[in-house]
Amino acid sequence: MKLSRVLGLAAVTAFAAGTASAQISDNVVKIGVLNDQSGLYADLSGQGSVVAARMAAEDFGAEQKGIKVEVVFADHQNKPDVGSSVTRQWIDRDGVDVIVDTPNSAVALAVNEVVRGSRAAFLNSGAASSDLTGPKCSPNTVHWTYDNWALANGTARAIVQAGGKNWYFLTADYAFGHDLEKQVSIVVENSGGKVLGAVRHPLNTADFSSFLLQAQSSGAQIIGLANAGGDTINSIKQAAEFGIVRGGQKLAGLLIFLTDIHALSLDVAQGLQFTEAFYWDLNDSTRAWSERFAQRHGGKKPTMVHAGVYGAVLHYLKAVEALKSDDGAKVVAKMKEIPTEDPVFGKGQVRADGRHVHPMYLFEAKAPSESKGPWDYYKLIRTIPAEEAFRPLDQGNCPLVKKG
Amino acid sequence: MFELLGISPQALFGQLLIGLINGSFYAMLSLGLAVIFGMLNIINFTHGAQYMIGAFVAWYALQYFGLNYWWSLLIAPIVVGAFGIVLERTMLQRLYKLDHLYGLLLTFGIALILQGFFLNEFGSSGLPYPIPPSLQGGQNLGFMFLPNYRAWVIVFSLVVCLVTWYLIERTKLGSYLRAATENPTLVQAFGINVPRMITLTYGFGVGLAALAGVLAAPIYRVNPLMGADLIIVVFAVVVIGGMGSILGSVVTGFALGIIEGLTKVFYPEASNTVIFVIMAIVLLLKPAGLFGRTA
Repeated sequence: MKLSRVLGLAAVTAFAAGTASAQISDNVVKIGVLNDQSGLYADLSGQGSVVAARMAAEDFGAEQKGIKVEVVFADHQNKPDVGSSVTRQWIDRDGVDVIVDTPNSAVALAVNEVVRGSRAAFLNSGAASSDLTGPKCSPNTVHWTYDNWALANGTARAIVQAGGKNWYFLTADYAFGHDLEKQVSIVVENSGGKVLGAVRHPLNTADFSSFLLQAQSSGAQIIGLANAGGDTINSIKQAAEFGIVRGGQKLAGLLIFLTDIHALSLDVAQGLQFTEAFYWDLNDSTRAWSERFAQRHGGKKPTMVHAGVYGAVLHYLKAVEALKSDDGAKVVAKMKEIPTEDPVFGKGQVRADGRHVHPMYLFEAKAPSESKGPWDYYKLIRTIPAEEAFRPLDQGNCPLVKKG
Repeated sequence: MFELLGISPQALFGQLLIGLINGSFYAMLSLGLAVIFGMLNIINFTHGAQYMIGAFVAWYALQYFGLNYWWSLLIAPIVVGAFGIVLERTMLQRLYKLDHLYGLLLTFGIALILQGFFLNEFGSSGLPYPIPPSLQGGQNLGFMFLPNYRAWVIVFSLVVCLVTWYLIERTKLGSYLRAATENPTLVQAFGINVPRMITLTYGFGVGLAALAGVLAAPIYRVNPLMGADLIIVVFAVVVIGGMGSILGSVVTGFALGIIEGLTKVFYPEASNTVIFVIMAIVLLLKPAGLFGRTA
C-alpha cells in the first residue's frame, strides 16, 4: 500500500547575494522530481534521482551564479492520475518550473500532456516510451536517457545477428510493455528474425511460472522480456528455476537496470545481454561522478536513470542561465540550441523532437568469477555510436520536426 | 476437448501443477489468517508484513549468521511468532471487545509502518536468496520441467495445512481452543488460562505466515512489498472459503491457485482480477463463504 504521497522539500542553495534575474519566476528555479518513491521502480529512480538533481544544481554552481534552485519530490505511485494531479498542483500552486525523471511510461505520457503548453518544462529520464519524442512530442519536453527504440535497436539487433531468430515475448500489460514489444518486433523482423507470439502479464506480478511455461512451449529461441524492474527480476529468477536457459532457450532482458542485476546476483544474471545508456565503470569521469553519488546515496551506485536526471538538470540550468528565464518552452528551445556536455554522458545534443542523443552501450552481465565485488557487474560488448543509437529524426512522426 | 480449448494436454497439466504450487502459498497464508480470525476474531491485516518479515529473517540469518534454509524454516516462525506475541500482548488484547474494524485498522497501520521501515532499509528491488543446494535442479515430467524446490513447496505446505487442521479440529487442545472462542468465561471456569491460549494462538498464526515467507524467499524476491502484493488476494481467498473456516481456507487456497493459473493461459490480462470476480460471485450467492457457517 502506498498511501504516502511524500512531499519533501529541500532547499539546495541558500539565498544568493543579490536577486536573480527578474524573469525567473518567483526568483527561484524549482525542480520537481516526480517518480516512484515506494514501489517496484523506487530503487532505479526514487530518492537516487533526488540526489542526482541536487548534485546537478551544486555542480552547476547555482549559488555562485546568483540563481536560487530548490528541489522538491513526490511519489506518483505508478498511477497516471496521481502523476497528473501532482504535476498540475506543482505548476499551478507551488511554482514548480520543471518536472524531472518520471519513470513508468503511462505516467510519463500523462504528465507530458499536462506540461504541454504550460509555463513548465518536462525532463524525462526514467520512462521508456519512444512516443514521447514521436507522435506525442512536445515543445516543453526533453527525453534524456533512453527509449524503447534505442533498447530494441541495441539488444535485439545484436541477438538476431548472433543467430537468435525466433522470438516470444513476456510483456508487461501497459503502455511501456506494448511499445517495447512493438519496437523490438520491428527490429527482429527487419533483421530477418520472426516473432512467434507474446503473453501479456499484469504490472507487478509475483509469479511468472505460468507465463514462462507458455514461452517455453512456444519453442522460440529467444524469450524477450518486455517488462521492467521487479517484473524483470522475477522473470529471470524463475526462468533459471524452470531450467529455461539450460533447455536451450535464451532470455533477452530488453530493459535492465543496474539495481536489477544487484537484486538478482550474478549467479542468476550472468550472460544476460542488454542495452543501457550509462554504467558507472565506463571511464574516469563516470567513475568519479558515481563515487560522489554513492557517497550520498548509501553506497549504492547510480542507475542510468539517476545519471540521466543529473545530465538533464545540469543542461536545463545552463539553458536557464543563458536565457535568464525559466519559461518551460523557451528553456527547452534553448536546450536544443546549445550542445550538451556533462561528466556522465560526455558530449551530445538535444534534437528538435526533444530526444537527447548520446552513445548507447551493449553490456553483458559478468560471471561471478569475473566480478571484483559489489556493483562490478557489466562487461562492455559494444558501444553504439550516438548517430546509430536513436531513431532517426525523420522517422518518429513528431509534429515539431519540419518535413523537408 | 483439448483441441477446443486451444491448448495441448501437456501444457494444461503443466499449468494445473503450477496453479497448485501457487495455491499452496495461498493456502498457507489463508490458513494462518483463518486460525487467527476463527479463534481471536481479529482480522489480521499485518499478515502480509509478517510473511515478508519471515522472508527477511531467512535472508538475514543466511547473510549474517551463515544459517541455511533449513534453520530458517525453524527460526523465522519462532522469531516472527514472538514478535506477534508481543504485538498481541501489548496492543491487540485491548481490542477484543470492540468492533472488528478497530483490529483491522490497528493491524493495517502496523503493516504499513513495517513495510515503510523495510523499504527504507532495504530498497524496493529486493535481495537475492538462493535455492538450497539439496533442492536445486528438477525433474522432467514429460509434460513439464518441475523444479525440485516447487515440488517441495507443495508437499511441505500440504503437510503443514493438514497438521494444523488436525491440531485444531481433532485434538483436545484444539477443542479447548474452539470452546474458548465460543465461551471464554466458561472455559476459564474449568481452570484453563484462556488469555495465554489466545496469545499463543496468535503467535502460531503469525508463525505460519513467517513459514510461508521462508518458503517464498528462494522463488520470489525477498522484498518489502511481497506481502502487500499478496495479502489482498489471500483475504479474498479467506472470504471465499468462509471467514474462520480452517478447511475452507486450505481447499479454497489450492482451488484458487489452479483457477488463477488457468486464467494466465486463457486470458492472461485478467489473471490478477479473476480471484476478486469469484469473490464477488460467491458473496452474492453464499454470503458466509463456501465453507462458512452462518451465525
